[in-house]
Parts: sequence; structure tokens; C-alpha cells
Amino acid sequence: MVKLRIKDVEFSYGSNPVLEGVSFDVNDGEILGIIGPNGAGKSTLLRCMNRILKVRKGVIMIDGRNISDFSRIELARIMGYVPQSTHQIFPNTVFDTILMGRRPHLGWKCGEIDIKKVLETIEMLNIVDLAMRDITELSGGQQQKVFIARALAQEPEVLILDEPTSNLDIKHQLEVMNIISKIVKERGITAVMAVHDLNLASRYVDRIIMMHAGKIFAVGNPSDVLTEENIRKVYGVEAIVGEHDGRPFILPIRPADTGTHDS
Amino acid sequence: MGNETASIRKEMERLSDEYKRFVGRKISFIVASVLLIFITAGVSVTLGPYDISFIDAYSIIFQGMHDIIFRFHNIYAFIQFLDENYMVKEWVIWQQRLPPIVMGVIAGISLGIAGAEMQGILRNPLASPYTLGISSAAVFGAALAIIINLSIVRAADERFLIVVNAFFFAILSSSLIYGISKMKNATPETMILAGIAITYLFMALTQLLKYFAPAEEVKETVVWSFGALSANWSEILISFVIVLPCVPVLMLKVWDLNVMSAGDEVAKSLGVDVERTRQLCFFLSSFLTAGTVCFTGPISFIGLVSPHICRMVIGADNRFLVPASGLFGAALLIAADTVAKIVISPVIIPVGIITAFMGVPLFLYLILRRSREYW
Ligand SMILES: Nc1ncnc2c1ncn2[C@@H]1O[C@H](COP(=O)(O)OP(=O)(O)OP(=O)(O)O)[C@@H](O)[C@H]1O
Ligand SMILES: [Mg+2]
Repeated sequence: MVKLRIKDVEFSYGSNPVLEGVSFDVNDGEILGIIGPNGAGKSTLLRCMNRILKVRKGVIMIDGRNISDFSRIELARIMGYVPQSTHQIFPNTVFDTILMGRRPHLGWKCGEIDIKKVLETIEMLNIVDLAMRDITELSGGQQQKVFIARALAQEPEVLILDEPTSNLDIKHQLEVMNIISKIVKERGITAVMAVHDLNLASRYVDRIIMMHAGKIFAVGNPSDVLTEENIRKVYGVEAIVGEHDGRPFILPIRPADTGTHDS
Repeated sequence: MGNETASIRKEMERLSDEYKRFVGRKISFIVASVLLIFITAGVSVTLGPYDISFIDAYSIIFQGMHDIIFRFHNIYAFIQFLDENYMVKEWVIWQQRLPPIVMGVIAGISLGIAGAEMQGILRNPLASPYTLGISSAAVFGAALAIIINLSIVRAADERFLIVVNAFFFAILSSSLIYGISKMKNATPETMILAGIAITYLFMALTQLLKYFAPAEEVKETVVWSFGALSANWSEILISFVIVLPCVPVLMLKVWDLNVMSAGDEVAKSLGVDVERTRQLCFFLSSFLTAGTVCFTGPISFIGLVSPHICRMVIGADNRFLVPASGLFGAALLIAADTVAKIVISPVIIPVGIITAFMGVPLFLYLILRRSREYW
């Protein structure tokens, strides 16, 4: 079943077009990975899906309903978002940061149930020891875990993650990806995430969208998309693609000299 | 395995308790601020040439409140009654000493709340109710009334002209910023820069007026710009009526303010209409500030420093920070006013000056202490 339908989406910052004719579906209960070089438009696409940015043309539908028909708060009850980077000015405890995720469900008062949800999330991500510390004094990776926790406390049906593991060491990358795929399966939710690490994408996502210069270059299973040819064309990198456990793994060799790469 | 779940459960309970204590501490701070207001106000009422004890003062105040509400239904009838019956103590308190204190409480609460709000919506620790040009606009309004008797209303009473002008220009400058922020893509930075520009504009206009004005009127303008708590009961009532409706609306928005501290994108993804919330909170805070500044003149420091002091003590959660900042601001302002009365008594130093003298050391102390300790 289709959860999200993105149809002919165009977006530009000012007069600089960033997304052109982007169309794809996200199925209910899947993890969809978006890959592509820097500046390909991954973050922009995710922001459009969450209506942080308004598309210039095309529609984005969730369960068959155009997202522009939702109020912000309705949308927030359905979609959670973990940005690529955030900047917190005033110090705030990890606990209170995660509690923000309850905002779409709260009246003015935050009740026992919200506190309980926060505690559950803290337990799930194994960050009890960080809970009363200040978010501004955590390492980048620890912060990233907290932001994921905030989106999970939001209990969305669709989780949108912009490079959720970019600051994590390999162990924590696996840990966080395991948690995300576990939650997706357990709660039957859908996740869309931008990922830079092709191997991580290959290992954890159900389908991949490969973007290049604001357009979709390839869509499909990891083994269909992550081919030596695609990687050369999109990233301008010569790589060897092997296979392990039915999933491709990528060993980059050197920058290609074909010159298709544009940044 | 069973052992492990038990130990995790225990740890979660410990965390839950710790968080409850954390919230409890914030509530205690708010309660303590209220007590502090009562104590400083009580001390302040006892000060002056006529001797009245702390206990006496409060019993006169409570008795008076009772009489006003149930007997006279009107504060002026009550004061006239005190006057006619030679109730000197009562008259001194109700007519002379209480009005500036009540004005101080209202002004402190408004400035403290507006400061916390401005810092929150602009995501800037240097923001205060005056960052966006309100005080310089109010001073310009006052200068217009003082120096060339020009006002948007006609009246013989100069004090009245000053108040109306100060209020009008404070709101005018805020409306300008509001208009600018309504134009698309207004980020906090745009608003701050526009505020700085408007501040300079009104400062230049005031300087122009002063340049051509006689020395006496220049002095009057300067003195007004120091800030003072003198007020009569009608002024207090007006200010109260302006402040009262703004506070609950701002309190309703504290969650949104919390979420906005994580950045506009995150706030939007959590369901906050960021631009509208920012404009609404900005406008209400400005209104609040204008409603007291027009009577007291700019007492700028409270709005900057009270939110910071409170944030350092209880953290940045606006559910508690906003009311705490207001109440602590009031306590700080009355304390400053009390000190202003006694330093070189009988000369009363303008409260704006004393606020800075008292706030700065406290502020610095907390900044220095913070690096060593986490709360
Ligand atoms: N706020 C902005 N204003 C103008 N242009 C922008 C803005 N944000 C991004 N862009 C441009 O849009 C294009 C796509 O950016 P986007 O952030 O979506 O890329 P990305 O695929 O997420 O890259 P990365 O892998 O580096 O995160 C880039 O060319 C970028 O320069
Ligand atoms: Mg990106």
C-alpha cells in the first residue's frame, strides 16, 4: 500500500531550481533510503515532504490526502523529522529536549503519560546516563541520538530522517539503524531517510532512491541501484560492488576521470 | 536477564524521580520569587520620614484592600476617606508609598516576561524588550511632549502628553518591525537588524530635538529616560489593564517557545506555526512593555537580566522561565527601588540606575559560577 506519494515535485530557492520532476511512492511500512552526492537535493526533498518548505509545483500526498490540506499540528502528529543539523541556543536538558517531541499531542499541560513516553524512549535508545545533562554539552553523536529520540517520542506514522547517523561511530551507527528498523517493524511505521553511507543504506533500507542534481536518477532495491555504473555516473567514483548476504557492499577505489561529477 | 530488567527499571525510576525534583526546584524558585516580592515590597513601604513597621504596613494594606473592595468600591473614595479622617499612617501608605511599589511590580513582571519572550522568539541571548527599538521610540515620544509640546492628543497636563506619546511611539516602532517581519522570510536576524536601525533612527530624532531645546527641557528628557516608578492609581490601573490580557496569551504559547528554541525547522515539524507565533509573541511583548514604559520610562536592564538570572537558576524551559522571569524581575525592580530610596536618603536616585548597579554584580556572579557547576 502506498503511504506517501510524491508527484512531479518542483522546488527552487529563489530562481535556483533544486528539485525537478521528482515523483516516487513510499510504501507503508518500508524504510526508503535517499542517496546522492552533496547538493543533490536530498535535504530539500525531505523538507518539502514535511512541508517545512512549500513545493512550487506538484503534490505530496499522505494516505491519499494532499499535505497542504493538513494543519501543521495534524501533520506533526503523523510525521516526525530529524534534521541534518540543529543549533540549540539556550541550554536545555536532554529530557526536556525529548519532551518537545510530545508537543503535537499535548494540551498546555504535560501529563504523566508524556513523561512516561519520554522515559520509554530514553530507555529504548539507551541514553539514561545523558538524560539530565545539557544538550549543548553533548558530543555530536550523542546529540544526534537525542534528536532521534525526540522524533520517536512524537510517535509518528512516518519518520523522516536527514542523515541520522552521520555523526555516529560505526557501532552507534549500527545501533541506531537497528533501533530505527526495529521500530519501523514493531510499530508498522514508515521511514524515509537520507543516507550518505552507501553500505549502511544497502544494509538497512528496503528501497533506495538515488538522486542526482535535483532529479531522481534511479529507484529500486539496493542491488538494482547500487551498481558500479550508477555510482560512477552519479558520484563520479570508481567503485567495486560486491555482495554479502544478498546485499551489495561498496568499496570506493578512486575518483573517476569521466568528469560527470559536478561538485 | 531478569536481573537486568530489574536494574533498568530501577534506573528509570531514579530518572523519573530526578526529573520530578528538577521540576519541583523550578516551582520552588517561582514561589520564592513571590515571597521575595512581598518582603521587598514590605521593606520598601516602611521606608520614609514617617515611621511604620513592616507588620503595621501589611495590616494597613490588607485592611485597605478589604475596605476598597467591600466598602468604597473605589480607591479614590477610600483615599479621600483616609484624608478626611486624618488617618495619617493609612494615607501615607496608600497615597504615597504604595503606588510606586505596585507600579514596580507591574513593570517588573512585564519587563521580565517580555524579556524571556523576546530572547525566546529571537533566539538571541542579547535580546530584551528594548532590542527592537521600543525604548528609543518611547524616549522620542516623551521628548516631543517635553520639548515642543507636540502630542497626538491635546491636553494641558504635560505628564499625560508624555505618557500618551511614549506609548504611541513605542507601539509605532513595534508595528514597523511587525510589518517588516510579516514580509516574507523574516528571520530573527532580520527583525533584530530592523530593530537596531529603528533604534538609531529614534535616537537621532531625539538628539535633533535636544540640540535645539533649552537646557531645562533637555534635562527633563534625560531624567525621564532614566526611568522612575512614580505613578498614581489611575496610571496603575491603565497599565494593569494593558498588561493583564497579554500575560495569559503569552503563557499559552510557552510550549511553542520551547520548541522554537530548537530551530524553526524542528519547530515546524513539531506542529508550530513559527512565523505567526513569533509575530504574535513579539507583538504582545511589545504591547506589554509599551504599557509600562510609557509610565515609568525605560528601565531597560530588568528585561535583559532577569531572564538570564532565572535561566541560570532554573534552566531554559519556558513553562517555568517565563513566569519566573516576570516575578523575579518584579522583586529585583522593587529591591532596586528600595535601595534607590536609602542610598543617599532623602535624595531618591532614579531606579533605572540602581537596577544596573544591583543587577550587574548578580549577573556576573552567576555567569562566573555557571562554568563550574551545572544545574
Ligand atoms: N536555504 C537555501 N537557500 C538557497 N539554496 C539552498 C538552500 N539550501 C540548499 N540550497 C541549495 O540547494 C541544493 C540542494 O541542497 P540540499 O541541502 O537539498 O542538498 P543535499 O542533497 O541534502 O546535500 P548534502 O548531502 O550536502 O546534505 C544545493 O545546491 C544547495 O546549495
Ligand atoms: Mg542534506
